[in-house]
Amino acid sequence: MPILELRQISKNFGAIRALSGVDLKLEAGEVLGLMGDNGAGKSTMVKIIAGNFPPSGGEILVDGKPVHFDKPIEAREKGIEVVYQDLALCNNLTASANVFLGRELKKGFGPFKWLDHAEMIRRAGLLFAELKSETRPRDLVRQMSGGQRQAVAIARTRLSEPKVVLMDEPTAAISVRQVAEVLDLIRRLRDSGHAVVLISHRMPDVFSVCDRVAVMRRGTKVADKLIKNSSPEEVTGLITGAINVA
Amino acid sequence: MSHEAPKSTATTGDNVAIEGVLGIQEKTLTQTLFASQAFWVTVALAIICAFMTWYEPHFGSIENLYNITRNFAFIGIMALGMTVVIITGGIDLSVGSIMGVVAVASGLILEAEYPWWLAVFGGLGAGAVCVIVNGAMIAFLDLSPFVVTLGMLSIARSFAVVLSGNRMIYNFGPGGPMFKIWGGGAFLGIANPVWFLVFFTIVLAVVLKMTAWGRHLLAIGGNEHAANLTGVPVKMVKLQAYLISALAAAFAAILNVGWSGSAINALGQSYELRAIASTVIGGANLMGGEGGAYGAVIGSALIEVIRNALLMAGVDSNWQGTFVGSFIVLAVLLERVRGKRRE
Repeated sequence: MPILELRQISKNFGAIRALSGVDLKLEAGEVLGLMGDNGAGKSTMVKIIAGNFPPSGGEILVDGKPVHFDKPIEAREKGIEVVYQDLALCNNLTASANVFLGRELKKGFGPFKWLDHAEMIRRAGLLFAELKSETRPRDLVRQMSGGQRQAVAIARTRLSEPKVVLMDEPTAAISVRQVAEVLDLIRRLRDSGHAVVLISHRMPDVFSVCDRVAVMRRGTKVADKLIKNSSPEEVTGLITGAINVA
Repeated sequence: MSHEAPKSTATTGDNVAIEGVLGIQEKTLTQTLFASQAFWVTVALAIICAFMTWYEPHFGSIENLYNITRNFAFIGIMALGMTVVIITGGIDLSVGSIMGVVAVASGLILEAEYPWWLAVFGGLGAGAVCVIVNGAMIAFLDLSPFVVTLGMLSIARSFAVVLSGNRMIYNFGPGGPMFKIWGGGAFLGIANPVWFLVFFTIVLAVVLKMTAWGRHLLAIGGNEHAANLTGVPVKMVKLQAYLISALAAAFAAILNVGWSGSAINALGQSYELRAIASTVIGGANLMGGEGGAYGAVIGSALIEVIRNALLMAGVDSNWQGTFVGSFIVLAVLLERVRGKRRE
Protein backbone atom coordinates (compact mmCIF):
# COMPACT_ATOMS: atom_id res chain seq x y z
CA MET A 1 0.00 0.00 0.00
CA PRO A 2 1.40 3.41 -0.89
CA ILE A 3 2.24 5.60 2.09
CA LEU A 4 0.92 8.64 0.23
CA GLU A 5 -1.39 8.65 -2.72
CA LEU A 6 -2.88 11.49 -4.76
CA ARG A 7 -5.89 10.70 -6.92
CA GLN A 8 -6.98 13.04 -9.69
CA ILE A 9 -5.82 16.13 -7.81
CA SER A 10 -6.66 19.42 -9.45
CA LYS A 11 -6.33 22.99 -8.30
CA ASN A 12 -7.77 26.17 -9.73
CA PHE A 13 -6.84 29.69 -8.78
CA GLY A 14 -9.78 31.61 -10.21
CA ALA A 15 -9.69 30.92 -13.93
CA ILE A 16 -6.14 29.60 -13.79
CA ARG A 17 -5.81 25.85 -13.72
CA ALA A 18 -2.61 25.11 -11.83
CA LEU A 19 -3.08 21.34 -11.60
CA SER A 20 -5.38 19.04 -13.49
CA GLY A 21 -5.96 15.40 -12.72
CA VAL A 22 -2.63 14.49 -11.16
CA ASP A 23 -2.14 10.97 -9.81
CA LEU A 24 0.88 10.17 -7.69
CA LYS A 25 1.90 7.27 -5.48
CA LEU A 26 4.69 7.17 -2.97
CA GLU A 27 5.99 4.09 -1.20
CA ALA A 28 7.90 3.94 2.06
CA GLY A 29 11.66 3.97 1.59
CA GLU A 30 11.40 5.63 -1.76
CA VAL A 31 12.86 8.90 -3.01
CA LEU A 32 10.83 10.57 -5.71
CA GLY A 33 12.26 13.40 -7.75
CA LEU A 34 9.64 15.90 -8.78
CA MET A 35 10.78 17.98 -11.71
CA GLY A 36 9.32 20.57 -14.01
CA ASP A 37 9.88 24.06 -15.26
CA ASN A 38 8.78 27.13 -13.36
CA GLY A 39 5.00 27.29 -13.28
CA ALA A 40 4.60 23.61 -14.08
CA GLY A 41 2.71 23.01 -10.84
CA LYS A 42 5.41 21.53 -8.60
CA SER A 43 5.00 24.06 -5.84
CA THR A 44 1.22 23.90 -6.00
CA MET A 45 1.41 20.16 -5.57
CA VAL A 46 3.79 20.46 -2.62
CA LYS A 47 1.53 23.02 -1.00
CA ILE A 48 -1.50 20.77 -1.40
CA ILE A 49 0.30 17.79 0.12
CA ALA A 50 1.64 20.01 2.91
CA GLY A 51 -1.83 21.33 3.72
CA ASN A 52 -1.24 24.97 2.80
CA PHE A 53 -4.47 24.87 0.82
CA PRO A 54 -6.94 22.12 -0.10
CA PRO A 55 -7.21 20.83 -3.67
CA SER A 56 -10.13 21.96 -5.83
CA GLY A 57 -10.79 18.35 -6.74
CA GLY A 58 -9.45 14.86 -6.15
CA GLU A 59 -8.40 12.91 -3.12
CA ILE A 60 -5.36 12.55 -0.88
CA LEU A 61 -4.76 9.27 0.94
CA VAL A 62 -2.26 8.63 3.68
CA ASP A 63 -1.75 4.92 4.41
CA GLY A 64 -4.79 4.22 2.27
CA LYS A 65 -7.09 6.47 4.27
CA PRO A 66 -8.54 9.67 2.75
CA VAL A 67 -7.36 12.80 4.54
CA HIS A 68 -8.26 16.46 4.34
CA PHE A 69 -5.85 19.23 5.29
CA ASP A 70 -6.85 22.81 5.97
CA LYS A 71 -3.67 23.83 7.75
CA PRO A 72 -0.02 22.75 7.53
CA ILE A 73 -0.17 21.47 11.09
CA GLU A 74 -2.85 18.95 10.13
CA ALA A 75 -0.60 17.48 7.45
CA ARG A 76 2.21 17.35 9.97
CA GLU A 77 0.04 15.41 12.38
CA LYS A 78 -0.42 12.80 9.64
CA GLY A 79 3.34 12.46 9.32
CA ILE A 80 4.03 14.81 6.42
CA GLU A 81 6.94 17.16 7.02
CA VAL A 82 8.06 19.89 4.67
CA VAL A 83 11.30 21.74 4.12
CA TYR A 84 10.12 24.89 2.40
CA GLN A 85 12.08 26.61 -0.28
CA ASP A 86 12.38 29.77 1.82
CA LEU A 87 13.06 27.44 4.79
CA ALA A 88 10.43 29.20 6.96
CA LEU A 89 12.92 30.28 9.59
CA CYS A 90 12.73 33.17 12.03
CA ASN A 91 15.96 35.15 11.75
CA ASN A 92 15.58 36.66 15.19
CA LEU A 93 15.50 33.31 16.98
CA THR A 94 18.22 30.78 17.69
CA ALA A 95 18.71 27.56 15.77
CA SER A 96 17.23 25.45 18.53
CA ALA A 97 14.26 27.82 18.91
CA ASN A 98 13.59 27.46 15.20
CA VAL A 99 13.87 23.69 15.26
CA PHE A 100 11.30 23.48 18.04
CA LEU A 101 9.07 26.32 16.85
CA GLY A 102 5.42 25.35 17.28
CA ARG A 103 6.29 22.23 19.32
CA GLU A 104 8.46 23.55 22.08
CA LEU A 105 9.56 21.19 24.82
CA LYS A 106 8.16 22.23 28.16
CA LYS A 107 8.49 21.21 31.72
CA GLY A 108 6.53 22.15 34.78
CA PHE A 109 3.44 21.06 36.56
CA GLY A 110 -0.26 21.70 36.05
CA PRO A 111 -0.97 24.92 34.19
CA PHE A 112 2.58 26.19 34.75
CA LYS A 113 4.70 25.15 31.83
CA TRP A 114 8.14 26.57 31.16
CA LEU A 115 10.28 26.17 28.10
CA ASP A 116 12.87 23.48 28.63
CA HIS A 117 15.75 25.44 27.09
CA ALA A 118 18.46 22.98 28.10
CA GLU A 119 16.71 19.96 26.63
CA MET A 120 15.82 21.77 23.40
CA ILE A 121 19.41 22.91 22.94
CA ARG A 122 20.66 19.41 23.68
CA ARG A 123 18.31 17.72 21.24
CA ALA A 124 18.88 20.33 18.53
CA GLY A 125 22.60 19.74 18.97
CA LEU A 126 22.09 15.98 18.53
CA LEU A 127 20.07 16.55 15.38
CA PHE A 128 22.71 18.83 13.89
CA ALA A 129 25.42 16.31 14.75
CA GLU A 130 23.35 13.63 13.09
CA LEU A 131 23.19 15.81 9.98
CA LYS A 132 26.94 16.34 10.32
CA SER A 133 26.28 20.05 10.28
CA GLU A 134 28.39 22.70 11.97
CA THR A 135 25.29 24.48 13.16
CA ARG A 136 25.32 25.51 16.81
CA PRO A 137 21.99 25.42 18.63
CA ARG A 138 22.44 28.76 20.39
CA ASP A 139 23.38 30.77 17.32
CA LEU A 140 20.90 33.18 15.85
CA VAL A 141 19.67 32.08 12.45
CA ARG A 142 20.34 35.61 11.18
CA GLN A 143 24.07 34.99 11.36
CA MET A 144 24.11 31.62 9.65
CA SER A 145 25.32 30.47 6.27
CA GLY A 146 22.95 29.01 3.70
CA GLY A 147 23.97 25.46 4.56
CA GLN A 148 23.50 25.96 8.27
CA ARG A 149 20.07 27.43 7.68
CA GLN A 150 19.22 24.43 5.54
CA ALA A 151 20.34 22.16 8.36
CA VAL A 152 18.03 23.95 10.77
CA ALA A 153 15.08 23.51 8.43
CA ILE A 154 15.89 19.84 7.88
CA ALA A 155 16.53 19.16 11.56
CA ARG A 156 13.02 20.43 12.19
CA THR A 157 11.52 17.61 10.11
CA ARG A 158 13.39 15.05 12.21
CA LEU A 159 11.67 15.98 15.45
CA SER A 160 8.85 13.60 14.81
CA GLU A 161 9.11 10.33 12.94
CA PRO A 162 7.63 11.54 9.67
CA LYS A 163 6.27 9.21 7.00
CA VAL A 164 6.88 11.62 4.15
CA VAL A 165 9.39 14.44 3.88
CA LEU A 166 8.85 16.99 1.13
CA MET A 167 11.88 19.03 0.19
CA ASP A 168 11.35 22.06 -1.98
CA GLU A 169 14.62 22.98 -3.73
CA PRO A 170 16.80 22.05 -0.74
CA THR A 171 20.01 22.31 -2.73
CA ALA A 172 19.31 25.54 -4.58
CA ALA A 173 21.18 27.96 -2.34
CA ILE A 174 24.00 26.04 -0.68
CA SER A 175 27.62 25.17 -1.32
CA VAL A 176 28.75 22.14 -3.28
CA ARG A 177 29.98 20.36 -0.19
CA GLN A 178 26.73 20.98 1.59
CA VAL A 179 24.76 19.68 -1.39
CA ALA A 180 26.52 16.37 -0.91
CA GLU A 181 25.57 16.49 2.75
CA VAL A 182 21.93 17.13 2.01
CA LEU A 183 21.86 14.30 -0.53
CA ASP A 184 23.44 12.01 2.06
CA LEU A 185 20.76 12.99 4.47
CA ILE A 186 18.08 12.15 1.93
CA ARG A 187 19.61 8.71 1.49
CA ARG A 188 19.67 8.23 5.24
CA LEU A 189 16.01 9.17 5.44
CA ARG A 190 15.22 6.64 2.74
CA ASP A 191 17.21 3.90 4.41
CA SER A 192 15.27 4.39 7.61
CA GLY A 193 12.02 3.80 5.72
CA HIS A 194 10.88 7.36 5.06
CA ALA A 195 9.46 8.45 1.77
CA VAL A 196 11.09 11.58 0.38
CA VAL A 197 9.86 13.91 -2.35
CA LEU A 198 12.69 15.99 -3.73
CA ILE A 199 11.64 18.99 -5.76
CA SER A 200 14.65 20.20 -7.65
CA HIS A 201 15.90 21.88 -10.77
CA ARG A 202 19.26 20.20 -10.49
CA MET A 203 19.36 17.14 -12.71
CA PRO A 204 22.54 15.66 -11.12
CA ASP A 205 20.96 15.74 -7.66
CA VAL A 206 17.84 13.98 -8.83
CA PHE A 207 19.75 11.34 -10.73
CA SER A 208 22.15 10.66 -7.90
CA VAL A 209 19.63 10.26 -5.10
CA CYS A 210 16.18 9.46 -6.47
CA ASP A 211 14.65 6.08 -7.24
CA ARG A 212 11.91 7.47 -9.41
CA VAL A 213 11.27 10.73 -11.22
CA ALA A 214 7.97 12.42 -11.97
CA VAL A 215 7.86 15.26 -14.46
CA MET A 216 5.25 18.00 -14.42
CA ARG A 217 4.39 20.21 -17.35
CA ARG A 218 1.62 22.80 -17.45
CA GLY A 219 -0.28 21.33 -14.51
CA THR A 220 -0.23 17.69 -15.52
CA LYS A 221 2.10 14.80 -14.85
CA VAL A 222 3.73 13.88 -18.14
CA ALA A 223 6.08 11.19 -16.87
CA ASP A 224 6.58 8.94 -13.87
CA LYS A 225 9.30 6.37 -14.27
CA LEU A 226 12.19 4.71 -12.52
CA ILE A 227 15.46 6.58 -12.67
CA LYS A 228 17.25 3.55 -14.05
CA ASN A 229 14.88 3.51 -17.01
CA SER A 230 15.36 7.18 -17.77
CA SER A 231 18.11 9.62 -18.59
CA PRO A 232 18.82 13.30 -17.95
CA GLU A 233 18.32 13.95 -21.66
CA GLU A 234 14.87 12.37 -21.62
CA VAL A 235 13.83 14.27 -18.49
CA THR A 236 15.04 17.56 -19.98
CA GLY A 237 12.99 16.83 -23.07
CA LEU A 238 9.94 16.08 -20.93
CA ILE A 239 10.35 19.27 -18.91
CA THR A 240 10.64 21.50 -21.94
CA GLY A 241 8.01 19.66 -23.97
CA ALA A 242 10.43 18.42 -26.64
CA ILE A 243 9.28 14.95 -25.63
CA ASN A 244 5.54 14.92 -25.12
CA VAL A 245 4.82 12.01 -22.81
CA ALA A 246 6.87 9.13 -21.48
CA MET B 1 31.47 36.58 14.43
CA SER B 2 34.51 37.89 16.12
CA HIS B 3 35.59 35.08 18.39
CA GLU B 4 37.11 31.80 17.33
CA ALA B 5 35.14 28.84 18.54
CA PRO B 6 35.87 25.14 18.15
CA LYS B 7 33.51 24.92 15.24
CA SER B 8 34.51 21.60 13.85
CA THR B 9 33.82 19.51 16.91
CA ALA B 10 30.40 18.48 15.65
CA THR B 11 31.78 17.04 12.45
CA THR B 12 34.49 14.90 13.94
CA GLY B 13 32.43 12.41 15.87
CA ASP B 14 28.79 11.57 15.53
CA ASN B 15 27.18 12.28 18.85
CA VAL B 16 30.28 12.22 20.95
CA ALA B 17 31.65 15.70 20.51
CA ILE B 18 28.52 17.79 20.59
CA GLU B 19 28.98 18.87 24.19
CA GLY B 20 31.69 21.16 22.88
CA VAL B 21 29.13 22.94 20.73
CA LEU B 22 26.22 23.03 23.13
CA GLY B 23 28.00 25.28 25.58
CA ILE B 24 28.95 27.87 23.03
CA GLN B 25 27.06 31.06 23.57
CA GLU B 26 26.30 33.43 20.76
CA LYS B 27 28.05 36.15 22.73
CA THR B 28 29.56 36.54 26.14
CA LEU B 29 27.49 38.25 28.80
CA THR B 30 29.33 41.55 28.51
CA GLN B 31 29.05 41.49 24.73
CA THR B 32 25.32 40.96 25.03
CA LEU B 33 25.14 43.81 27.52
CA PHE B 34 27.06 46.24 25.35
CA ALA B 35 24.99 45.34 22.32
CA SER B 36 21.72 46.01 24.09
CA GLN B 37 20.07 49.35 23.68
CA ALA B 38 18.41 49.08 27.09
CA PHE B 39 21.85 48.99 28.69
CA TRP B 40 22.96 52.24 27.07
CA VAL B 41 19.66 53.91 27.91
CA THR B 42 20.23 52.87 31.53
CA VAL B 43 23.70 54.46 31.38
CA ALA B 44 22.25 57.64 29.87
CA LEU B 45 19.57 57.70 32.55
CA ALA B 46 22.14 57.33 35.32
CA ILE B 47 24.25 60.16 33.88
CA ILE B 48 21.25 62.49 33.57
CA CYS B 49 20.17 61.69 37.13
CA ALA B 50 23.68 62.26 38.48
CA PHE B 51 24.03 65.53 36.60
CA MET B 52 20.61 66.78 37.69
CA THR B 53 21.27 65.94 41.32
CA TRP B 54 24.46 67.99 41.15
CA TYR B 55 22.83 70.84 39.21
CA GLU B 56 19.66 70.97 41.28
CA PRO B 57 19.84 69.06 44.58
CA HIS B 58 16.06 69.04 44.86
CA PHE B 59 15.99 66.64 41.87
CA GLY B 60 17.41 63.87 44.02
CA SER B 61 15.04 64.50 46.91
CA ILE B 62 12.79 61.74 48.15
CA GLU B 63 9.65 63.65 47.15
CA ASN B 64 10.85 64.28 43.64
CA LEU B 65 11.96 60.69 43.10
CA TYR B 66 8.62 59.55 44.46
CA ASN B 67 6.86 61.74 41.92
CA ILE B 68 9.06 60.75 39.01
CA THR B 69 8.72 57.02 39.63
CA ARG B 70 4.96 57.30 40.08
CA ASN B 71 4.61 59.41 36.94
CA PHE B 72 6.47 57.03 34.71
CA ALA B 73 4.78 53.99 36.25
CA PHE B 74 1.58 54.77 34.32
CA ILE B 75 3.38 55.06 30.99
CA GLY B 76 5.66 52.18 31.92
CA ILE B 77 2.72 49.81 32.43
CA MET B 78 1.29 50.87 29.07
CA ALA B 79 4.70 50.47 27.46
CA LEU B 80 4.89 46.88 28.74
CA GLY B 81 1.63 46.11 26.96
CA MET B 82 2.81 47.99 23.89
CA THR B 83 6.01 45.92 23.88
CA VAL B 84 3.99 42.75 23.46
CA VAL B 85 2.25 44.19 20.41
CA ILE B 86 5.39 45.71 18.90
CA ILE B 87 7.28 42.41 19.23
CA THR B 88 4.71 40.83 16.92
CA GLY B 89 5.43 43.58 14.40
CA GLY B 90 2.17 45.39 15.14
CA ILE B 91 1.35 48.70 16.77
CA ASP B 92 -1.45 49.87 19.03
CA LEU B 93 -2.39 53.52 18.63
CA SER B 94 -5.63 53.15 20.58
CA VAL B 95 -4.19 52.78 24.09
CA GLY B 96 -4.51 56.46 25.01
CA SER B 97 -8.16 56.60 24.03
CA ILE B 98 -8.85 53.30 25.76
CA MET B 99 -7.57 54.96 28.92
CA GLY B 100 -10.18 57.66 28.45
CA VAL B 101 -13.02 55.14 28.12
CA VAL B 102 -11.79 53.10 31.06
CA ALA B 103 -11.45 56.18 33.27
CA VAL B 104 -14.97 57.33 32.47
CA ALA B 105 -16.45 53.82 32.83
CA SER B 106 -14.95 53.18 36.24
CA GLY B 107 -15.75 56.75 37.30
CA LEU B 108 -19.39 56.32 36.40
CA ILE B 109 -19.59 52.99 38.23
CA LEU B 110 -18.19 54.58 41.38
CA GLU B 111 -20.48 57.58 41.01
CA ALA B 112 -23.45 55.22 40.86
CA GLU B 113 -22.31 54.00 44.30
CA TYR B 114 -21.24 50.54 43.26
CA PRO B 115 -18.33 48.93 45.10
CA TRP B 116 -14.71 49.59 44.14
CA TRP B 117 -14.04 46.14 42.70
CA LEU B 118 -16.90 46.50 40.26
CA ALA B 119 -15.32 49.76 39.07
CA VAL B 120 -12.00 48.00 38.56
CA PHE B 121 -13.51 45.10 36.64
CA GLY B 122 -15.89 47.39 34.77
CA GLY B 123 -12.95 49.50 33.68
CA LEU B 124 -10.91 46.50 32.56
CA GLY B 125 -14.02 45.17 30.81
CA ALA B 126 -14.49 48.42 28.90
CA GLY B 127 -10.89 48.19 27.73
CA ALA B 128 -11.37 44.57 26.73
CA VAL B 129 -14.45 45.36 24.65
CA CYS B 130 -12.50 47.96 22.63
CA VAL B 131 -9.71 45.53 21.99
CA ILE B 132 -11.82 42.56 21.00
CA VAL B 133 -12.94 44.66 18.04
CA ASN B 134 -9.39 45.85 17.36
CA GLY B 135 -7.68 42.53 17.79
CA ALA B 136 -10.22 40.47 15.86
CA MET B 137 -9.95 42.78 12.85
CA ILE B 138 -6.16 42.69 12.94
CA ALA B 139 -5.72 38.99 13.70
CA PHE B 140 -8.58 37.40 11.80
CA LEU B 141 -9.31 39.84 8.96
CA ASP B 142 -5.64 40.68 8.55
CA LEU B 143 -6.24 44.43 8.45
CA SER B 144 -3.38 46.81 9.07
CA PRO B 145 -2.93 47.35 12.81
CA PHE B 146 -2.01 50.96 12.16
CA VAL B 147 -5.34 51.72 10.51
CA VAL B 148 -7.52 49.65 12.83
CA THR B 149 -6.07 51.06 16.03
CA LEU B 150 -6.06 54.58 14.57
CA GLY B 151 -9.78 54.13 14.01
CA MET B 152 -10.21 52.92 17.58
CA LEU B 153 -8.24 55.92 18.80
CA SER B 154 -10.99 58.12 17.44
CA ILE B 155 -13.92 55.85 18.35
CA ALA B 156 -12.85 55.20 21.94
CA ARG B 157 -12.16 58.88 22.60
CA SER B 158 -15.58 59.90 21.33
CA PHE B 159 -17.16 57.13 23.44
CA ALA B 160 -15.40 58.54 26.46
CA VAL B 161 -16.72 62.03 25.75
CA VAL B 162 -20.28 60.86 25.09
CA LEU B 163 -20.34 58.47 28.06
CA SER B 164 -19.10 61.12 30.46
CA GLY B 165 -21.48 63.77 29.15
CA ASN B 166 -18.30 65.79 28.75
CA ARG B 167 -17.88 66.44 32.46
CA MET B 168 -15.39 65.53 35.09
CA ILE B 169 -16.45 62.70 37.42
CA TYR B 170 -15.17 63.06 40.96
CA ASN B 171 -18.11 62.14 43.26
CA PHE B 172 -16.89 58.64 43.83
CA GLY B 173 -19.43 57.40 46.37
CA PRO B 174 -18.66 54.75 49.01
CA GLY B 175 -16.30 52.76 46.77
CA GLY B 176 -14.09 55.81 46.26
CA PRO B 177 -11.57 55.53 49.11
CA MET B 178 -10.80 51.88 48.41
CA PHE B 179 -10.53 52.54 44.66
CA LYS B 180 -8.15 55.44 45.20
CA ILE B 181 -5.70 53.33 47.19
CA TRP B 182 -4.78 51.40 44.05
CA GLY B 183 -3.26 54.34 42.29
CA GLY B 184 -2.91 56.92 45.05
CA GLY B 185 -1.53 54.87 47.91
CA ALA B 186 1.99 53.89 48.74
CA PHE B 187 3.73 50.94 50.30
CA LEU B 188 7.15 51.13 51.99
CA GLY B 189 7.52 54.68 50.74
CA ILE B 190 7.07 53.75 47.13
CA ALA B 191 3.90 54.63 45.21
CA ASN B 192 1.60 51.68 44.51
CA PRO B 193 1.69 52.15 40.71
CA VAL B 194 5.46 51.63 40.89
CA TRP B 195 4.97 48.32 42.69
CA PHE B 196 2.54 47.26 39.99
CA LEU B 197 5.05 48.31 37.36
CA VAL B 198 7.80 46.24 38.97
CA PHE B 199 5.48 43.26 39.24
CA PHE B 200 4.32 43.43 35.62
CA THR B 201 7.86 43.96 34.38
CA ILE B 202 9.03 40.78 36.07
CA VAL B 203 6.00 38.88 34.81
CA LEU B 204 6.53 40.01 31.22
CA ALA B 205 10.26 39.35 31.32
CA VAL B 206 9.63 35.81 32.55
CA VAL B 207 6.85 35.22 30.03
CA LEU B 208 9.01 36.38 27.11
CA LYS B 209 11.98 34.31 28.15
CA MET B 210 10.39 31.21 29.59
CA THR B 211 7.09 30.45 27.89
CA ALA B 212 6.14 29.11 24.49
CA TRP B 213 3.71 32.01 24.16
CA GLY B 214 6.53 34.52 24.55
CA ARG B 215 8.61 32.71 21.99
CA HIS B 216 5.65 32.66 19.61
CA LEU B 217 5.36 36.45 19.90
CA LEU B 218 8.98 36.77 18.81
CA ALA B 219 8.50 34.24 16.04
CA ILE B 220 5.50 36.12 14.64
CA GLY B 221 7.51 39.33 14.64
CA GLY B 222 10.48 37.62 13.03
CA ASN B 223 8.66 35.76 10.27
CA GLU B 224 4.90 35.51 10.53
CA HIS B 225 4.65 33.21 7.53
CA ALA B 226 7.15 30.78 9.04
CA ALA B 227 5.39 30.88 12.39
CA ASN B 228 2.16 29.97 10.65
CA LEU B 229 3.72 27.08 8.74
CA THR B 230 5.30 25.61 11.84
CA GLY B 231 1.99 25.50 13.64
CA VAL B 232 2.16 28.59 15.85
CA PRO B 233 -1.42 29.74 16.46
CA VAL B 234 -0.61 33.11 14.91
CA LYS B 235 -4.09 34.63 14.88
CA MET B 236 -4.81 33.73 18.47
CA VAL B 237 -1.46 34.97 19.74
CA LYS B 238 -1.91 38.27 17.90
CA LEU B 239 -5.36 38.74 19.37
CA GLN B 240 -3.96 38.04 22.82
CA ALA B 241 -1.14 40.53 22.25
CA TYR B 242 -3.61 43.34 21.58
CA LEU B 243 -5.67 42.20 24.55
CA ILE B 244 -2.62 42.50 26.81
CA SER B 245 -1.86 45.94 25.44
CA ALA B 246 -5.42 47.18 26.05
CA LEU B 247 -5.60 45.64 29.52
CA ALA B 248 -2.30 47.29 30.42
CA ALA B 249 -3.69 50.64 29.27
CA ALA B 250 -6.93 49.98 31.17
CA PHE B 251 -5.02 49.14 34.32
CA ALA B 252 -2.88 52.27 33.97
CA ALA B 253 -6.10 54.28 33.61
CA ILE B 254 -7.56 52.78 36.79
CA LEU B 255 -4.38 53.61 38.70
CA ASN B 256 -4.35 57.11 37.23
CA VAL B 257 -7.97 57.79 38.21
CA GLY B 258 -7.26 56.47 41.69
CA TRP B 259 -4.23 58.74 41.99
CA SER B 260 -5.84 61.90 40.64
CA GLY B 261 -9.18 61.24 42.35
CA SER B 262 -11.16 62.21 39.28
CA ALA B 263 -12.07 60.70 35.94
CA ILE B 264 -11.84 62.85 32.85
CA ASN B 265 -12.54 61.80 29.29
CA ALA B 266 -9.30 63.41 28.10
CA LEU B 267 -7.17 61.01 30.14
CA GLY B 268 -4.42 59.42 28.10
CA GLN B 269 -4.46 61.85 25.22
CA SER B 270 -1.24 61.38 23.24
CA TYR B 271 -0.08 58.73 25.73
CA GLU B 272 0.04 56.22 22.88
CA LEU B 273 2.98 58.15 21.50
CA ARG B 274 4.79 58.14 24.82
CA ALA B 275 4.19 54.41 25.27
CA ILE B 276 5.48 53.67 21.78
CA ALA B 277 8.45 55.97 22.33
CA SER B 278 9.28 54.20 25.59
CA THR B 279 9.37 50.76 24.01
CA VAL B 280 11.36 51.92 21.00
CA ILE B 281 13.86 53.86 23.12
CA GLY B 282 14.24 50.72 25.23
CA GLY B 283 15.30 48.75 22.18
CA ALA B 284 12.13 47.26 20.72
CA ASN B 285 12.13 47.03 16.95
CA LEU B 286 9.10 48.57 15.23
CA MET B 287 9.52 45.98 12.48
CA GLY B 288 8.89 43.28 15.07
CA GLY B 289 10.83 40.38 16.51
CA GLU B 290 12.73 42.32 19.14
CA GLY B 291 11.90 43.95 22.44
CA GLY B 292 11.97 43.41 26.15
CA ALA B 293 10.19 44.24 29.37
CA TYR B 294 13.10 46.03 31.00
CA GLY B 295 13.72 48.14 27.90
CA ALA B 296 10.14 49.41 27.89
CA VAL B 297 10.36 50.47 31.52
CA ILE B 298 13.77 52.10 31.25
CA GLY B 299 12.56 53.92 28.12
CA SER B 300 9.59 55.38 29.95
CA ALA B 301 11.83 56.30 32.88
CA LEU B 302 14.15 58.20 30.57
CA ILE B 303 11.31 60.19 29.05
CA GLU B 304 9.91 61.12 32.45
CA VAL B 305 13.30 62.03 33.93
CA ILE B 306 14.02 64.30 30.98
CA ARG B 307 10.62 65.94 31.31
CA ASN B 308 11.22 66.46 35.02
CA ALA B 309 14.75 67.71 34.42
CA LEU B 310 13.53 70.23 31.87
CA LEU B 311 10.95 71.54 34.31
CA MET B 312 13.59 71.91 37.01
CA ALA B 313 15.98 73.58 34.65
CA GLY B 314 13.25 76.11 33.98
CA VAL B 315 12.55 75.02 30.42
CA ASP B 316 8.94 75.35 29.29
CA SER B 317 7.36 71.89 29.70
CA ASN B 318 5.77 72.24 26.28
CA TRP B 319 9.16 71.35 24.83
CA GLN B 320 8.63 67.82 26.07
CA GLY B 321 6.83 66.81 22.90
CA THR B 322 9.84 67.85 20.86
CA PHE B 323 12.08 65.67 22.98
CA VAL B 324 9.81 62.64 22.89
CA GLY B 325 9.44 62.94 19.13
CA SER B 326 13.16 63.38 18.53
CA PHE B 327 13.87 60.40 20.76
CA ILE B 328 11.62 58.11 18.73
CA VAL B 329 13.35 59.12 15.52
CA LEU B 330 16.76 58.84 17.14
CA ALA B 331 16.00 55.40 18.55
CA VAL B 332 14.81 54.13 15.17
CA LEU B 333 17.88 55.63 13.54
CA LEU B 334 20.07 53.88 16.10
CA GLU B 335 18.27 50.62 15.40
CA ARG B 336 18.98 51.03 11.70
CA VAL B 337 22.67 51.60 12.35
CA ARG B 338 22.85 48.55 14.61
CA GLY B 339 20.90 46.50 12.09
CA LYS B 340 23.35 47.46 9.32
CA ARG B 341 26.30 46.42 11.41
CA ARG B 342 24.70 43.04 12.10
CA GLU B 343 24.15 42.10 8.48
